[in-house]
Amino acid sequence: MTRIGVVTFPGSLDDGDARRAIRLSGAEPVRVWHGDHDLQGVDAVVLPGGFSYGDYLRCGAIAARSPIMTEVVAAAGRGLPVLGICNGFQMLTEAHLLPGGLVRNDHGAFVCRDQRLRVEQAGTAWTNAFAGGEEIVVPLKNGEGGFVADADTVERLEGEGRVVFRYLGVNPNGSVADIAGIANDRGNVVGLMPHPEHATEPGFGPDTADAMRSGVDGLRVFRSALAALLAA
Amino acid sequence: MVLVEVMPKAELLDPQGKAVAGALHRLGSSAFDGVRVGKRFELHVVGPVTDAVLAEARQVAETLLANLVIEDVVSVREATDLEARA
Repeated sequence: MTRIGVVTFPGSLDDGDARRAIRLSGAEPVRVWHGDHDLQGVDAVVLPGGFSYGDYLRCGAIAARSPIMTEVVAAAGRGLPVLGICNGFQMLTEAHLLPGGLVRNDHGAFVCRDQRLRVEQAGTAWTNAFAGGEEIVVPLKNGEGGFVADADTVERLEGEGRVVFRYLGVNPNGSVADIAGIANDRGNVVGLMPHPEHATEPGFGPDTADAMRSGVDGLRVFRSALAALLAA
Repeated sequence: MVLVEVMPKAELLDPQGKAVAGALHRLGSSAFDGVRVGKRFELHVVGPVTDAVLAEARQVAETLLANLVIEDVVSVREATDLEARA
């Protein structure tokens, strides 16, 4: 069975939900510890949401320098699928696996809501189960989720098709070009601020037209990794 | 002691500074029309502050203390005696 690791850092909150999402997608979740240098031979890695190290210094900054991240950076370079969700996205930028940075929301407030997104790039290891341009809804919850990058970087991301998710409707945090998630040039490393792991099980996801809390759009993010690994 | 000062990049909106500026305005302060909030790190040095120590401080400032994508290191210097005692 495909084994997907979820790294737990001091202050991780959504590692449990990420493991559950992985199980629901048909893979085996593996607990990985921030202080180890051992990825336990997993086939993919998820850096979960939360407030690692209390968001001290900068969000994700201290976690990005933890022992396990040395291994994550090396494995990402070999093509291992790596997904960073929220705080995990912040870690990926701090570890320079993804360009740009995340800053405090432009309106200054924490935002928590179900968020419409457009899947702009369905060619990554974490989005191949979607159709390009498909609209999905997953929860969003962040205080420092404003994606920023210089104009050249944004132009490059857009030009190379590396904007993976884009906010629809009102921009929730001031992200440049409504960018919600991006990929590295190879498409194996993806980071996004919204939380696909919270939209994976009927009864616990966002509301849909069919029924309350029935949204499971996030499940296909994890199924994409399985498909990518089978195709590899 | 070495002092490192880090500020959000000028071209980025600083919501923290904006909130403080709003409070100043509400309190009736009219002398200031903008606030930006940054960070000051006080690095306690083992031994004397040499050029090598300052160079190392600059190096850690640019690799850990600041994220140069979103922030600038605006100052790395030895603290004065008065500052070091404070």
